[in-house]
Amino acid sequence: MAQEPSAGTSDAAKRRRWLRRYGLAAAGGAIVVAWILIAIFATWLAPYPYAQVDVTKRLLPPSATYWLGTDLLGRDVFSRLLVGARISLIAGIVVVVIGGAVGTLIGGIAAYVGGKAEEWMMRATDLVMCFPPIILAMAIAAALGIGVTNTIFAMLVVWWPKFARLARSLVLVQRNQEYVEAAHVMGYGPARILLRHIAPNAVGPLVVLLTLDVGTAILTFAGLNFLGLGVIPPTPEWGQMVSEGRELVEQWWVATFPGIAILTVVIGFNFLGDGIRDWLDPKSRRR
Amino acid sequence: MAEKLLEVRDLRTQFDTDAGIVRAVDGVSFSVDAGETLGIVGESGSGKSVTARSIMRLLDEGARIASGEIIFRGGDVMHLGREGLRSLRGGDIAMVFQDPMTSLNPVRRIAGQLVEGMTVHGRYDKTQARTRAVDLLRRMGVSAPERAIDSYPHEFSGGMRQRVMLAMGFANGPSLLIADEPTTALDVTIQAQILDLLRALSAEFGTSVLLISHDLGVIANVCKRVIVMYGGEIVEEGPTEQLLADPRHPYTWALINAVPRLDRHTPGDKRLLAIEGMPPNPLALPTGCRFMARCPFKIARCAEPPPLATVAPERQARCWVTQDGSRLPERTLRPADAPRARVDRAQSFVREARATGAVGTPILELTGLTKYFPLRKGGFFGAPRKVHAVDGVDLTVLRGETVGLVGESGCGKSTIARLVTRIHEPTAGTIRFDGTDISHASPAAIRPLRRRLQMVFQDPYASLNPRMTVGDALAEPLRFHGITTDDNATRARVAHLLDLVGLPAQSIERYPHEFSGGQRQRIGTARALAVSPEMIVADEPISSLDVNIQAQIINLLVDLQEQFKLTYLFIAHDLAVVRHVSDRIVVLYLGRVMEIATAATLFDRPLHPYTVALLSAVPIPDVAAERQRKRLLLSGEPPSAIDPPSGCRFRTRCPIAKPICAEAAPPLLEHRPGQFAACHFPGEMQT
Repeated sequence: MAQEPSAGTSDAAKRRRWLRRYGLAAAGGAIVVAWILIAIFATWLAPYPYAQVDVTKRLLPPSATYWLGTDLLGRDVFSRLLVGARISLIAGIVVVVIGGAVGTLIGGIAAYVGGKAEEWMMRATDLVMCFPPIILAMAIAAALGIGVTNTIFAMLVVWWPKFARLARSLVLVQRNQEYVEAAHVMGYGPARILLRHIAPNAVGPLVVLLTLDVGTAILTFAGLNFLGLGVIPPTPEWGQMVSEGRELVEQWWVATFPGIAILTVVIGFNFLGDGIRDWLDPKSRRR
Repeated sequence: MAEKLLEVRDLRTQFDTDAGIVRAVDGVSFSVDAGETLGIVGESGSGKSVTARSIMRLLDEGARIASGEIIFRGGDVMHLGREGLRSLRGGDIAMVFQDPMTSLNPVRRIAGQLVEGMTVHGRYDKTQARTRAVDLLRRMGVSAPERAIDSYPHEFSGGMRQRVMLAMGFANGPSLLIADEPTTALDVTIQAQILDLLRALSAEFGTSVLLISHDLGVIANVCKRVIVMYGGEIVEEGPTEQLLADPRHPYTWALINAVPRLDRHTPGDKRLLAIEGMPPNPLALPTGCRFMARCPFKIARCAEPPPLATVAPERQARCWVTQDGSRLPERTLRPADAPRARVDRAQSFVREARATGAVGTPILELTGLTKYFPLRKGGFFGAPRKVHAVDGVDLTVLRGETVGLVGESGCGKSTIARLVTRIHEPTAGTIRFDGTDISHASPAAIRPLRRRLQMVFQDPYASLNPRMTVGDALAEPLRFHGITTDDNATRARVAHLLDLVGLPAQSIERYPHEFSGGQRQRIGTARALAVSPEMIVADEPISSLDVNIQAQIINLLVDLQEQFKLTYLFIAHDLAVVRHVSDRIVVLYLGRVMEIATAATLFDRPLHPYTVALLSAVPIPDVAAERQRKRLLLSGEPPSAIDPPSGCRFRTRCPIAKPICAEAAPPLLEHRPGQFAACHFPGEMQT
C-alpha cells in the first residue's frame, strides 16, 4: 500500500532534497523557457533591426550602444542573436519531433510485428546509420540546395534511426512482459495492445532522448549553417554567425556570443533531459 | 558449549527514504558458535537479508547500521577499516547469494575468478590457487573440473554456478559461510543436491553456516538451530527440531501450518490455514507486538511490546501468550469459513468419465501437442536448431476439475500454458477447447472463446500494466467484450470483482505499484474473472509470494472455483502445493509427460522413477520425519532441450535405466486404473 510520509522530515529538508535532485533540471528548464520566450518576442526585444547594415559601424566592440558589438557589415550582434534563436529552436525542435515520431513508429512496429518485416525495417535503419550523420546530411542538403527547409529535411533523413533503435528495444522489453500476454489472452488486437498497453510503458526513455536530442539537433543545424548550408542571408542563424566571425581573431565578439548562445541552449536541454530521466526512473526517485 | 564465533548484539540497521526512516533490522541479537549451522527464516521484508549484509558490512547506499555490536572471533567488525573489511570478506567470512545467474562475472573464466579470490587474500600463489580451485570444484561435485575451470559462467547451469559460488566461498577456508537463499532460484532436485553438499561441507571443514531462507523445509534440512524474524525483530529462537514441532510464537506457528506439506495431507479440503493481513508497514511499526494485527491468539496485553523471553531451555520467544512456558495449540484453527463438503473427484479420470458420461465432460483436450522454438544461432551453415519445449503431450481436462502440471524448469509447463491460451501457436498437434479446435485459429476466431478461457500469471509485478489503474485494468475487458455497456454497470461490476478477490473498493483508483505482491495477484485474478471464464490457466500463480500470502491466494482460488464451478490448469514447481489443490497431476520432464495420476495416487504410489525422485527431493519442515525419510538424490542436471536424449528423455538421470531406454521412447500407458506412466519399468523404483 502507499507509504505514508512520516512527520520526521521538515519542509526545509524536503526543499534541500528537491533542490539537490531537481535543481539542475529546473535550471535547464528555466534556460529553455527563457530562450523560447526570447525567440517569440525577438523582434520586440531587439534594439535594432537584425538586417540593418551600416558599413560605417563595422566591427565595433561591445559598448553601451551595441551591447555585443557589431559584425562585418555593421549589424548589431545582440539583435541578430535574439532573432537567430527562432531559426535554431524551430529547426532543433522540428527535426527531433518529426524524426522522433517517424523513428519511434518504425522501431515500435518492427519490434511488435517481428519476423521478416522487422528484419527489413531494421536493416534500413542500419543502412542510414552506416553513414556519419553530419556528412550524409551535408550531402543531402547540398544536393537539395541551400535553404532552411532543405536543411531540416536533410537532417530528418539522418535523424530517425536512433529513435527507431531505441523504440525497438523498448517495445521488445515490454512485448514479453506478462501484462502484454494478459492483454493478448483477453483477445485485444495489436493496435490496442501497442497503443494502450505498450506505448505508455515505453515512452519514458523516448521522452528523455527527445529532450536531450534537441540540443544535439540545434548544434548539428548550427554546424551545417557554419558550413554554409542552411539559412539564406540576411536571416540570422547562430552557426552562420560563428562562421562569419571565425577569422576575426581581434574581433572576438562576433563569433563568441553566438557560440555562447548555442552552448546555453544545448546545456539547458541536457539538464532538462537528465532531470526528466531521473524523475522517470523510479529507482533514483525513491532515494 | 563451543566458543562463540560470531556475536551480534542489538543490531539496528536503518534505511533513509523520502518517506522516513525504515527500521529494517531493529534490535537483533544472536550468536553463532564455531561449527554451528544456524538458520534465519522470515518473509520478505523481515530483515533477514539485511542482517546478513550488516554482518559483512555490505549495505547498499542509503542503509546504515545505526547502533549495535558485531563481534567476530573476538574482534569488532563495526569499526574495521577498509583493509580489515577486505580481509574479512571472502577470507574469514564467505557469502553465497541467491541468484547464481548474476553473482559470477560473465566475461571472465571460472578459473580466473576462483584464483583471484584466493591470491587476493595472499594465502596462495597462482599455481597453488589453481590446483586448489580444481580440487574445490571436484569437491563441490563439478564433473571434469580440470576442463570446467576454463569455462565461462554462461556455459554452466544455475546449479553448477551455485557449486562454483560455494567453491569460491570455501576457497580461503572461511570459518563462517553466510548463504542468503542459496537454493531459492534452483529446481527442487538441484536444491536437494546443493543442500546435501552444504551440510557435508560444514561437517567436513567445521565451517559455521548462517543459512537464510524463507523455506522452513530448507532450514530443517541443514540447520541445528533456527531464528525466526518478523518485522525486523527476532520473534523466536531455538533448536530446529523443537521449534518446528512445538512453535512458541504465533508467527512461527502460522508459518509451519500455512505450508502445504508432503507428509501431512488432509484429503478433501483444499483450503490452507492462512493468517490474514500483511506484515507491518516498516515506516510505521506498531508500538506493541508487531504481529498483533494478524495474530489469532492475541490478548489484551499484546498492545505492550513483548520481550524476547526464555520459554524453555535454549528457547526464546517474543510473545506474551507463551511467556509462561505454555504451548500453542495444535492445528485446531480452521480457515474462517468451515470447510465446505467437497465432492471427492479423485476418481474422475478420463476413461471413466468418457465411459459413464456422468462425471465432468472434457473441456480441454490436447493431442500430440508439440512446440519447437527455433534458435537463431544455428551455426552459419548448419540446419537451424530448435528447442523441443513441448513434444507430443496428450491431456484431457474435465469440467470442474483441477489438473496440476509439475516439473522442473525447462520441462515445458509454461509453454503448455501459453499454447492452451494461444499466446503461442503449436508446431503440431491439436488443442480443443470445448470441442472447438483452436490450434491454429486466427485471433478473430478465438476472440469469443477468450471470454471462457483465461489466465493468471506468475509474476505479480509484471502481469499488471504499471500505467493503468486497477479500475481501468478491470474495466477494459468488460467494455472490450461488451459485457457492460454503460459506465454505471461497469463500475458496479468492477466493484463486485474487487470484492470477490477481497480487495477494498478504494483500490479502483490506485496503481499496481501501490499494492503488495499478494494483492497484485488478487488483482490479476480479478482481471481473469472479469469476463466470467469457465476455465483458468494458472501459471505458477504463487511461486513468487511469501508463504502466508501463498496460502491466502490458494484459498482464494479454491473459493472461486467452488463459487463459479471453474476448471483449473494449475502449473507449479512446488509439489506440495500442487498436491494440495489438484485433483489430478501431470508430471512433465523435458517436454514429455512422464506420469499422470490422481493426486493421492501419485504421491502414495508413484510409478515413474522421475516422480519418485521429485517427491523425495522436497525438504520437509520436520526434523524427525526428515530423519526417517529414505531419499533418492538424482545426480546430474536435466539435459538440454535442444538435443534431448534418445528414447526415454529421463534415462540420462534415471537410476534404473537399461539399454532399452535409450532405444525406444516408452509410451504413456495406463498401468493402474487412472494412473498413466511413460516408463519401461514402471513401479520398479522405490526409495
